[in-house]
Amino acid sequence: MRLSRISLMLLLAATFVLLSPAQAEQKVLRLATTTSTENSGLLKSLLPAFEKNSGYKVHVIAVGTGKALRMGQDGDVDVVMVHARMDEDKFVAAGYGINRRDLMYNDFVIVGPKRDPAGIGAVKDPAAALARIAAAKEAAFISRGDESGTYKKEQALWQAADIKPQGKWYRSIGQGMEQALQIASEMQGYTLADRGTWLALRKKLDLVILVQGDNRLFNPYGVIAVNPARYPDVNYQGAMAFIAWLTSPGGQNQIAAFKIDGENLFFPDAIQAKQASPK
Amino acid sequence: MEENLGHASLYALRLLLSGDPDLWNIIGVSFSVSVRAILISAPAAMVLAFLLAYARFPARLPLISTLQSLQSIPTVVVGLLVYMLLSRRGLFGDLHLLFTQTAMVIGQIVIAFLFVVPMAHGVLAAADRRAWETARTLGAAPWRAMFTVMTELRFGLLAVAIAAFARIITEVGTSIMVGGNIESVTRNIPTAIALETSKGEFAQGIALGLVLLVLALLLNVFLGMLQGKGEMR
Repeated sequence: MRLSRISLMLLLAATFVLLSPAQAEQKVLRLATTTSTENSGLLKSLLPAFEKNSGYKVHVIAVGTGKALRMGQDGDVDVVMVHARMDEDKFVAAGYGINRRDLMYNDFVIVGPKRDPAGIGAVKDPAAALARIAAAKEAAFISRGDESGTYKKEQALWQAADIKPQGKWYRSIGQGMEQALQIASEMQGYTLADRGTWLALRKKLDLVILVQGDNRLFNPYGVIAVNPARYPDVNYQGAMAFIAWLTSPGGQNQIAAFKIDGENLFFPDAIQAKQASPK
Repeated sequence: MEENLGHASLYALRLLLSGDPDLWNIIGVSFSVSVRAILISAPAAMVLAFLLAYARFPARLPLISTLQSLQSIPTVVVGLLVYMLLSRRGLFGDLHLLFTQTAMVIGQIVIAFLFVVPMAHGVLAAADRRAWETARTLGAAPWRAMFTVMTELRFGLLAVAIAAFARIITEVGTSIMVGGNIESVTRNIPTAIALETSKGEFAQGIALGLVLLVLALLLNVFLGMLQGKGEMR
């Protein structure tokens, strides 16, 4: 009885200690971005320099492009970094975001099993390659199925091929790029992937690149500040400082310097003229 | 694949012993959030459970059934509800709590609360009513008598609290949704495991899982000692 009273007091004391604010107020910048920039390690290599320069602490929330834009629309983050050009333009047109800047690009690749049962390795046109996978019906195609930028690109390609993908061979998984690649590897199926995630993960996968290099596989990334006219209390200053730094020669050079196994994952394109072309 | 369980276990041990700051940060988030949540929700839930078991009021039985059914609410639904309430467009948007540890604490409070009420009610309702009646006859105020009954049943209630704690500290749906899995801020053990698994770092994921198990074991040994001492008296 006495013991339980003592432990009760201890619990109460602990409650008060734990309830007191965890840390002093620090200027926080909330960034909603896609899993490809976070999980590839790009942000880990970029953010320390920005945080040191600006004094902001960046909180990264890595989700699909669709969800990231939704967070910006709702004012739950201060800045978004995504890859779905058409949706980004709509986002800005609707007044959800302002000051969109091109940031960098890479490309999509269609990966699949080495055996390549649908025989797409010889096809250059990505839409035609998808059509072959659909016609073969032999190996599965793993679709993100999640409003991500990659999924939107995939849908555009199906549309270009004039095919409505459905059937047992078409698996919509509703998960991230990494999961899609892992599932494709386990099932020995095909999938569309951004090159960054592919490079970061390929050692763990039993897949090869089958289609690449077509113009339609271009994958540009943009960065957009959430509109302070809609949400006066978003960290607009921080968002603009972040955009300014990312698109400055310093930030762009750091994007260019980011490599995995000697390969570039992203190519900066915020500065178009020659003056700051990174190497 | 050399990523077998033995390899992962060794790796987990090495991670723990090396004092890897990232790992300890993740552990810190997990425990700080879940301990806060359980300390806030369990006492309140137990008082409600007590009222449901001992007080008599009109809608009591339907309320009990409702609370019992709510136990099976998926944690992602709790996460979604908390998300919608805390989002800047939500009812409590002005508090700017989304993607903070506080948001995670709130989500886990709800989960733990919905878990503890029916379970504690079961413990309290199954107990001998005479403890309550005796205490009241001896002139104890209602709250004092309640405390007596709960003290009598402390082992059962503590078991409920431990089970609730286990549920929230391993919970991933709500944490990832309202916390956002932000590194060194809202990344706890379960969301870190989800992330590592998605990156194909299975060994790291298993290591984190083992860490959670070891810490849960330590906690339970400690609580078991508390219970043991109680019995010896």
